[in-house]
Amino acid sequence: MKTRINVRMSGLGGQGVVTSAHILAMAASKENLFAISNPFFGAEKRMAPAEAYARIGPEKIYDRGELVFPDVVMVFHPQVITMGKSYTMPFFSGLKKNGIVIINDDIDLLSDAEKEGLANLNALVFYVPATKIAHEVAGTELATNMAMIGSLVGLTNVVSMNALDLALQDRFGKKYVASGGTATLDEAIKKKFAKKEMLLQKNLETIRQGFDRAVEFAKNAHYTPIMMA
Amino acid sequence: MGTHENPNVPQIGTANKKGQIITAPEEIFFTSERTQAFLTGSEVIKEAVKRSSVDFSVAYPITPQSEASSLVGELYADGYVGDYMRGESEFAVMGQCAGAAFGGARVFTTTAGPGTLRAFENFPMWAGARLPIQVVFTVRGVNSPLTIQPDTLEIAFMLETGMLLWHAEDAQDLFDFMMKGYIVAELPEVHLPIGVICDGFFVTHTKDVVNMTPENVALPHYNPYANPTPVMDMETAPIRHMRDPFIMKSNYISYMTHASWQLEVKAAMERSRKMTRKLLNGLIEVENPDAEILLVSSGTAVSQSREAIRLFRDKGVKVGLVKIKTIRPFPKEEIREATKNAKYIFVPEFNVAGWMAREIASVVERNERVIAGPHVAGGMTMPPEVIVEEVERTIARMNKK
Repeated sequence: MKTRINVRMSGLGGQGVVTSAHILAMAASKENLFAISNPFFGAEKRMAPAEAYARIGPEKIYDRGELVFPDVVMVFHPQVITMGKSYTMPFFSGLKKNGIVIINDDIDLLSDAEKEGLANLNALVFYVPATKIAHEVAGTELATNMAMIGSLVGLTNVVSMNALDLALQDRFGKKYVASGGTATLDEAIKKKFAKKEMLLQKNLETIRQGFDRAVEFAKNAHYTPIMMA
Repeated sequence: MGTHENPNVPQIGTANKKGQIITAPEEIFFTSERTQAFLTGSEVIKEAVKRSSVDFSVAYPITPQSEASSLVGELYADGYVGDYMRGESEFAVMGQCAGAAFGGARVFTTTAGPGTLRAFENFPMWAGARLPIQVVFTVRGVNSPLTIQPDTLEIAFMLETGMLLWHAEDAQDLFDFMMKGYIVAELPEVHLPIGVICDGFFVTHTKDVVNMTPENVALPHYNPYANPTPVMDMETAPIRHMRDPFIMKSNYISYMTHASWQLEVKAAMERSRKMTRKLLNGLIEVENPDAEILLVSSGTAVSQSREAIRLFRDKGVKVGLVKIKTIRPFPKEEIREATKNAKYIFVPEFNVAGWMAREIASVVERNERVIAGPHVAGGMTMPPEVIVEEVERTIARMNKK
């Protein structure tokens, strides 16, 4: 039983890393768990490293800022690994023993040294082609983060699909104020879908795809999802 | 005619143009029903401004307060804020705030880091002019190499401006401190500007649970006629100071006037303690004061200390906490009392200078007990594990000697 799940999301500006952490924390909050999410990024630009952190647990959480000792590391973009576009080197620095790594790709990106480092930690490494899923299900790469969230939940059960649905409605269903770049992306995704319900629906389906793949992977790997205390 | 009897100003028990019922501050703070929300610090700033009957606000973008500034603009568009404009620089913003406050408005603005320093000349001017303006400083690094990340060094520059400085630990503090800040700052016996400080990103961009006062209830309007200095009177202080500045005459009267005016600002700061204690439930918060090891700090360093205390507890080590809510006025009596039995007083800080450790060392007895650190800066996080490690290592080193 765990009293805290720490998730570090590493990606590139524009991929929805910050939104992912907020949605996950909002979903946890809907489950009456305590949650804190916060992003870290430099002066705003796309393709530059961006990280966001979600801390979730059954007791009040004070800890905030960059997450140094994560249970889960989510890699939203291959360049996090191949070009070192992360806030830590290697990208899994600080990962706890028996931790989880979720990577958005379907080809092996890890060097031998990285593989050895992760094996020493007895880490579970799950590759999920989140961007491909986003294209197939939602018709846009902007839904990459949804497939990533689904994968995380499939491996951890940290929140329910219902709570994610409610969090999505909070984030996209009503007026939301974001900084310039995020607002532009919000507009782009909203234009893509004729109706708001459509956007919510497609996002949820993308989450479901990521979730199903993670559950199947866990089954084949004989992996039991982390349980929260 | 004072604001409190002006028929054009909604009074306690009546609704403002947005339908919010003007309500006595203590009722809002202590007896109104609170509802839970899950918000970022930027959104909390909007919610607090919405309930504070703010007359005037000026915005200028700088990370990490830009979202908050634009949200206040939305409040203006919705009719919750009297007037709102964009400044041309932080210096201009603070000058515009002064003008509005001289004219009798309740003023709100927010800035951060380099913006704070760019505007700096205005802050002691505000205090000297006794203008109860509120600024939220969402602190970030100020020195080169440039960073947009949290760092509390900028507070050190603010210490002697004559402004009240309250440091919020989290979004809840931010919400409460902003609303309560107006009430203390505008007391006739205080009437000073207030800086409500929160750590950039750690509070502004972090989603956290906040218990909010009702949306349809707002603070009474500012009453500029309770100003201890006359409003916009060219013949008397503080305007007279500007019309006919002492800088033109060097003689003992000018020196005396300047000195006594500064002493009066200092005295006003002292007089803020009474109401602040009441509204904030003390200038400090104390946990386990009988522990040998104490962690004493303000802002996010307090949150990280709370987590470190949990880790110590799991190891069977009792560690105490002193959270400093008001940096100005500095709670010297309270800190002295709370730390009197401690053997080690650690001061974790999000800056390299260690100014808070110096502040504490200047008020406690046997101040060799004060240990500056751990320190992080420039946006680094302070994992609770690091606090534990540094405390253990330092004590082991001290015992070896």
